Amino acid sequence: MPAPIRLRELIRTIRTARTQAEEREMIQKECAAIRSSFREEDNTYRCRNVAKLLYMHMLGYPAHFGQLECLKLIASQKFTDKRIGYLGAMLLLDERQDVHLLMTNCIKNDLNHSTQYVQGLALCTLGCMGSSEMCRDLAGEVEKLLKTSNSYLRKKAALCAVHVIRKVPELMEMFLPATKNLLNEKNHGVLHTSVVLLTEMCERSPDMLAHFRKNEKLVPQLVRILKNLIMSGYSPEHDVSGISDPFLQVRILRLLRILGRNDDDSSEAMNDILAQVATNTETSKNVGNAILYETVLTIMDIKSESGLRVLAINILGRFLLNNDKNIRYVALTSLLKTVQTDHNAVQRHRSTIVDCLKDLDVSIKRRAMELSFALVNGNNIRGMMKELLYFLDSCEPEFKADCASGIFLAAEKYAPSKRWHIDTIMRVLTTAGSYVRDDAVPNLIQLITNSVEMHAYTVQRLYKAILGDYSQQPLVQVAAWCIGEYGDLLISGQCEEEEPIQVTEDEVLDILESVLISNMSVSVTRGYALTAIMKLSTRFTCTVNRIKKVVSIYGSSIDVELQQRAVEYNALFKKYDHMRSALLERMPVMEKVTTNGPTEIVQTNGETEPAPLETKPPPSGPQPTSQANDLLDLLGGNDITPVIPTVPTSKPASAGGELLDLLGDINLTGAPTSAPAPASAPQISQPPFLLDGLSSQPLFNDITTGIPSITAYSKNGLKIEFTFERSNTNPSVTVITIQASNSTELDMTDFVFQAAVPKTFQLQLLSPSSSVVPAFNTGTITQVIKVLNPQKQQLRMRIKLTYNHKGSAMQDLAEVNNFPPQSWQ
Amino acid sequence: MIKFFLMVNKQGQTRLSKYYEHVDINKRTILETEVIKSCLSRSSEQCSFVEYKDFKLIYRQYAALFIVVGVNDTENEMAIYEFIHNFVEVLDEYFSRVTFWLILYCERGKNTSWG
Repeated sequence: MPAPIRLRELIRTIRTARTQAEEREMIQKECAAIRSSFREEDNTYRCRNVAKLLYMHMLGYPAHFGQLECLKLIASQKFTDKRIGYLGAMLLLDERQDVHLLMTNCIKNDLNHSTQYVQGLALCTLGCMGSSEMCRDLAGEVEKLLKTSNSYLRKKAALCAVHVIRKVPELMEMFLPATKNLLNEKNHGVLHTSVVLLTEMCERSPDMLAHFRKNEKLVPQLVRILKNLIMSGYSPEHDVSGISDPFLQVRILRLLRILGRNDDDSSEAMNDILAQVATNTETSKNVGNAILYETVLTIMDIKSESGLRVLAINILGRFLLNNDKNIRYVALTSLLKTVQTDHNAVQRHRSTIVDCLKDLDVSIKRRAMELSFALVNGNNIRGMMKELLYFLDSCEPEFKADCASGIFLAAEKYAPSKRWHIDTIMRVLTTAGSYVRDDAVPNLIQLITNSVEMHAYTVQRLYKAILGDYSQQPLVQVAAWCIGEYGDLLISGQCEEEEPIQVTEDEVLDILESVLISNMSVSVTRGYALTAIMKLSTRFTCTVNRIKKVVSIYGSSIDVELQQRAVEYNALFKKYDHMRSALLERMPVMEKVTTNGPTEIVQTNGETEPAPLETKPPPSGPQPTSQANDLLDLLGGNDITPVIPTVPTSKPASAGGELLDLLGDINLTGAPTSAPAPASAPQISQPPFLLDGLSSQPLFNDITTGIPSITAYSKNGLKIEFTFERSNTNPSVTVITIQASNSTELDMTDFVFQAAVPKTFQLQLLSPSSSVVPAFNTGTITQVIKVLNPQKQQLRMRIKLTYNHKGSAMQDLAEVNNFPPQSWQ
Repeated sequence: MIKFFLMVNKQGQTRLSKYYEHVDINKRTILETEVIKSCLSRSSEQCSFVEYKDFKLIYRQYAALFIVVGVNDTENEMAIYEFIHNFVEVLDEYFSRVTFWLILYCERGKNTSWG
C-alpha cells in the first residue's frame, strides 16, 4: 500500500476542486484511504492520517472514526504523535463522547512528564475539553504545576485552572494558596494568565472577592503593575504600536473593575491610576483607544469620584466626534450603559447622538436608536420624536418593530398633549403599520377610549387614513374598532380640532365592507370589521337593512370565527332585537391595565363586553375586572397550578350572554379535561394528595373546617361523596373533593365523572386519581372540583357518570341539590 | 469570552476555524456562511463590529482573507480588534514564507515595530 499523502498535498488537491461535488468526492476517497489505513494499525503514518482527518473535519465533514486513533497517538512516546493526538482530542472529543475518559490516565502521566512541552500539551488539552470528572481527578496535578518556577508551565497551568474552576466550582479553594505569588512574576505571559484566573475566581464567588479585597491587598498590587507598564520605556518584546502590552493593561483594568464595584476603599485606591491612564494614553492609534475604552468602562462601574466620571464622559464625547466608525460604535455602546446613572452628562451629547441616526452603518444606527430612546424626557420629547419618526420612515425593516415599540413607550410616558399623542401613534401606524407589535392595538384602543374629548377627531383621522389604503393590519384594526364605536360622531361631522368631513353612512359601510372582502385582511381584522358593522346598527339610522344583509351573508363564511360572530349577530337581530341597543352600547372607559398584568379578560379584541344581564347603567367597568380578579385569585391563590382551559371557553359563552345556551340552562364543562387525563397525566400537575390516592390534605392554609360532607349520588352500588373546603381569604371559591366508591363485586372501569353548574358559577375539574373504581369498597377514585361562586348563589350541580361494569357501558345523569349552606354562603 | 475564531476567504471557504464552545458540525457550516455573508456585505467605511444573533462579530480583512472573531458581551471590542492584528503578526513571524503576508507588510509599511 503506497504511503498516504501528506497533509499539504491534500490541502492543495482540495483547493483545486472547482465545485462542491468535486470536493466531496475527493474527501470521500481520502476518508476511505484513511479508514483502511487505520484498520491496518499502521503506526508510522497514523499521525499524518489523523492530521488530514482534522483538516477535513474543519471543512465540515464527519470525522468521528478518528477518535480512537487520537487516543492511540496520545499514548505513543513520540512527541510529534502526541502533538497531533492532543490536537485531535481537543477538536474531535468532548464530554458527550464516552471515549474521552480513557484519556485521563494519559494526561495524568503526561502532566508529570520530564519534558515541559509534553506537560504543556497535556495542560492545554485538559484546559480545553476536560470534563468535570477529569478535572476532579487531575486538579491536584494542575495545582502543583501552578507553583513551579517554570514560567512556560505556570502560564498554561493558570489557564487550565480557569477551566477547572468553570467545570467544578467547588475546587476553587484548592487554587487559592497558589495564587498568592502569581502576581510577583516578571513574565508577562504568567501575569496575563494569572489576572485571568483571578478574574474568574472573583466573578464566580463573592467570598473570594471579599477575600482578595481585604487579605491579599490585590488592588495595590495591580495598581503597581499597571503603573510599571505605563511608565516603563520602550520594551521591544511587549510593544504594540508604541504601547507596552496593551492586552495586559486591558485585563488588569477589567479586574480592577470587578474589585472596585460597590466597594469604596478599593475604588479610592485606584482613582489615581485610572486618571493617569486616562490622561496619558496616546489616542492616535486604535490600541490607545482600546485602553481608554476599558478605562471608561471601569470608571463608570466603580464608585469613582465625580471628577473622574466627568473625565470619562468627556472621553466618550471625544470618541463620538471621531471619524473612525469603530470608535463611534464603542462610544455609543458605553454611553448606553451609563445613561441610567449619568443622565445629564449624556444629554449634553444628544445632538451628536441624534445625528448618528442618519449614519449609513447599521450597527451605529441601532446603537444610536437605543440611546435616543433612553435620552427622551419631558423637555425634548417633541424634537426627539420628530427625529425618531423621520428615522422610522427611512430605516431598514429590521429596526422598524423595535423603533415603533420604543416610540409608543416614549409617547405614553411623556406626551405633552392627548392630541399630540394620538397624532404620533397615527403617524407610526401609517408609516410602519405592518411592523407594529400585536399588543400595540389593544393599548392604542384603550388610549383612545380614555381620551373622551378626542373621539371625534380620532375617528375622523382614522377614517381618512384607511380610505386610501387598508393593507396595514394594525391600522385597519384600530380604525375599524373606532368607526364601530364612534361612527355616529363621524356622520354628524362634529369635530372641533379639524375641518369636519362630510361622510355618509353608506360610505362608511362601503369602507368596512371592502375591508371584510379584501384579500389583504387577516382573519382578526375581518372580525374587527364585522363587529364594527354590527355596532353601527345602533348608531346609524338609515342603513340598518344593509347591515342586516351583510351580517347574514357571513353566517355561512368558511372562517369559523367570522361565522360564529355573524350567526350571533343575526340572532341578535331576529330574536333579541330588544336587547340590541343595550348590548351594543358605547364601551365604558377601560381601567388602565399594565402590560404585564392580566390582559386577557379586559382587553378583548373588540368583542362586545358582556353587558351585565341585569339592566345596570354604564359604566359597568368594575364588574368585569373584578370578575377577572376573582378568576385570577382562583388560579393564582393556591399552591397548585390548575388546568387553564376553562377560562377561554367561558369567555365566548358569556359574550353571547343568553344567546349561546345551546345546551339548555347549564354550561357543561369538565368533559374535555377529565377524559384524556388518565392517559396524559404529565402536563396537568396533580396536587400531591391525589397521587397518594386518598386523604383530604387541605388545599388552603386557612380553610374553614366543619362543612358537612354529603352523599351526592348513590345508585347501583356506586356511591359518590362530596367533601368541601373553603378559604377564608377567598370566600367565593369552594373546593369539592369527590370520592367514588363501589360496593358491588366487580370493578367499574373507564370511570368518567363530569359536572355542570348554572351559568353564574364557574367550574374547574382537576384530573382524577384513576379511572377504575375497585370492587367491594376496597378503594376510591378521588377528584377535585373547584367552583367559583362570586354571586353567592345556591350551589346546584348536574353530574354525569359513565363507566363500564359487568361488561356493559353504563351512564347516568343526576342532579345534586343537597349542598350544605356553608358551602356556598 | 471568545466563542469562535474563523479565517474565511471571500468565496466563503473556511481556511481555519476554532470553536471554544460546542457547536454541532452541521451548524458550523451554516454559521460560517452566514457570518461571511454579513461581513462581505459591509463596505470598508463601516465599522468592524457586527451583531449576529447573540454574538458580536469583530472582523478584519486582509487582502482576500477575513478573520472573524465571535465574542459575547463582556469583551472589549477594540482590544479584540488589536488582538486579531497581533495574531496575524505572530503568524507572519512564525511562517515567514507565506506570500500574502508580504503584500500586507508592504501596505503597512513603516508602522510596524519590527526593526
